[in-house]
Amino acid sequence: MAVITYREALNQALREEMARDDRVFLMGEEVAVYQGAYKVSKGLLQEFGEMRVVDTPITELGFAGVGVGAAMVGLRPIIEFMTWNFSLLALDQVVNAAAKMLYMTNGQFPMPMVFRGPNGSALQLAAQHSQAWESWLAHIPGLKVVVPGTPYDAKGLLKAAIRDDNPVCFLEGEMLYNTKGEVPDEEYVIPLGKADLKREGDHCSLITHGKMVLVALQAAEQLAKEGIQCDVVDLRTVRPMDVDAIVASVKKTNRAVVVEEGWEICGVGAQVVDYVQRNCFDYLDAPVLRVHQADTPMPYAKAIEKAAKPDVPKTIAAVKKVLYIDD
Amino acid sequence: MTPSKSPASRTAAGGKTSGKAGAKSADKTVAKTDAKPDPKVSEKAAAKSGTKSAASKANSPSSTENRKALHTSLLHTMLLQRRFEERTAEMYAIGKIGGFCHLYIGQEAVSTGFISLLRDDDYIITTYRDHGQALARGMTPRAVMAELFGRVDGCVGGKGGSMHLFDKSLGFLGGHGIVGGHIPIAAGVGFAIKYRGGDQVIVCFMGEAAVNNGAFHEALNMAALWKLPCLFVIENNRYGMGTAVERASAINDIYKRGASYDMPRDVVDGQDVFAVRAAAEEAIARARTESMPTLLEIRTYRFMGHSMSDAVSGTYRTKEELEKYLKRDPILLLRSQMEENGDLSEAEWTAMDEEIKAVVQDSIDFAENSPEPALETLYEHVLVDTTSD
Repeated sequence: MAVITYREALNQALREEMARDDRVFLMGEEVAVYQGAYKVSKGLLQEFGEMRVVDTPITELGFAGVGVGAAMVGLRPIIEFMTWNFSLLALDQVVNAAAKMLYMTNGQFPMPMVFRGPNGSALQLAAQHSQAWESWLAHIPGLKVVVPGTPYDAKGLLKAAIRDDNPVCFLEGEMLYNTKGEVPDEEYVIPLGKADLKREGDHCSLITHGKMVLVALQAAEQLAKEGIQCDVVDLRTVRPMDVDAIVASVKKTNRAVVVEEGWEICGVGAQVVDYVQRNCFDYLDAPVLRVHQADTPMPYAKAIEKAAKPDVPKTIAAVKKVLYIDD
Repeated sequence: MTPSKSPASRTAAGGKTSGKAGAKSADKTVAKTDAKPDPKVSEKAAAKSGTKSAASKANSPSSTENRKALHTSLLHTMLLQRRFEERTAEMYAIGKIGGFCHLYIGQEAVSTGFISLLRDDDYIITTYRDHGQALARGMTPRAVMAELFGRVDGCVGGKGGSMHLFDKSLGFLGGHGIVGGHIPIAAGVGFAIKYRGGDQVIVCFMGEAAVNNGAFHEALNMAALWKLPCLFVIENNRYGMGTAVERASAINDIYKRGASYDMPRDVVDGQDVFAVRAAAEEAIARARTESMPTLLEIRTYRFMGHSMSDAVSGTYRTKEELEKYLKRDPILLLRSQMEENGDLSEAEWTAMDEEIKAVVQDSIDFAENSPEPALETLYEHVLVDTTSD
């Protein structure tokens, strides 16, 4: 297996799916001539031409709506947001149009489309460029929400998202584009809605997704040195959520910590905890704890930015707390 | 795609703003300050009211018989919308129809004028004031009324109601409830037509209040930039809910907004179905053969309140104003013209009216007898299980 970056994995998925189906096109700001703000679409304009790799004006609401209209009449758009922070301008199309079209037309108009782009904080980008939106999107019936954490998952899940006949919000980790991992040479597709057990252990379940998968794995690695073994359950898709995988892990370990990049209130972790309390009430040996961003906008200065973010030490501390281990 | 050519050197300023629909639109002129004719702006706006519009190819049948057949067909379409909605108001009043319900009465020449010139494979998208366009496109009164009643035989099985009429087989793409939200979708349909190399067009109906919404500008910019085969049809009925156009838009001649996007544009008397058809014919041809969008302001008037909960007059508009516009009822105008031409006798009018009233009554009976959706349908069509594999 080749070791490639998360960025290259996404690029391969786009290229393979565009070659496979000529109804698939990519549209967004700087996706064509500039080769992608994060170079995810590198080379695609040259390979597929300007009708299928389309630079747009800075007009998120407008081009998201163009995607909806194109999907209504049978194309399969991939709409790239330069970051999900900018997608807020387009939420009317995502939420009021794409998510509801199938339902309010009684099944007449499926929306085979993908909204994708980087999500979450990078480094010192401050309040307006550092947000993780998956809990907002996961709230909406009619959407699927995918949050891959590794190159392998990024490629297989993006291919599945493009083939899916539903509107899929695909949230990439802005800080993950340069991360590397093994990706098979042969074609593969990862079904949406299936979690992946990234590491096995009996003492505590770390339930996470997206960029926090790496944080959870690093925390688990360090905890293992102290003899504490964690399951790391990577949700991969937060809507639909793989409840069975969560329940199976927590019934085994009897303890859980949920790690997410976003804020606490009404976050993805809140939903995970709800599934756990409903399904694993008699199995729990400790309250489920959550690790998340501080309940503030993201600051710029390094020290307070670090303090705002969920990280490995915070995750380790939470695991020790549910194990009643005093440091 | 290539961006559109550099903007034309048009410096023409609009004429005096009348700010009035219907009869007054004839006052509106597009004054030219330079000698060069600008193909983007029609100077026929004034001419399009009244008899000169008959010069249009679409309005010039080859024989008296054909004229009578065409005019009878247009009258029938308009009268069906009128009678259907009169009964809709009645059904709403007695609680058979719920939710928001926005009537189209007074604007029937707009739907009829455009849709009568479309091909079966063209597309239509519109707002929540959608009954008229749906019927004009050929959705059956039964399917529409059953939808208003929230029954399984409605066009979307009772999932949408008044604001969300859709029929894929008719290219009728809704029925959208967020002001302005459907305009970028129309651009997307235009994009898809171009992507496939087709020669269909999409007609996007909207109210004049939508032009103050960002979605309008984003969509028109892309449609002009990418040369998409879209007709953006503004039904200027003077009021966005209760706010008069002069109180909402910095420019009262709405069609001038098209200048921002170097888009062909025109203003038309919306009470005259032939004026509408003449403008539609030109814009459809431009979209079909040149893949170019057009912005058309169609000056019309809503004879009813904004929705069923809104009084017809009294707060934001006067009874006198309403009565003035009622004199230019598009159906009466067409009827009068047909009578003058000897194309419609009293007996023929009565027969048509009775036939349509019976069809509408049948739609009510049908809706009454159609079952309500079963509870398990609540969870149907949230997602599909299919993929392109």
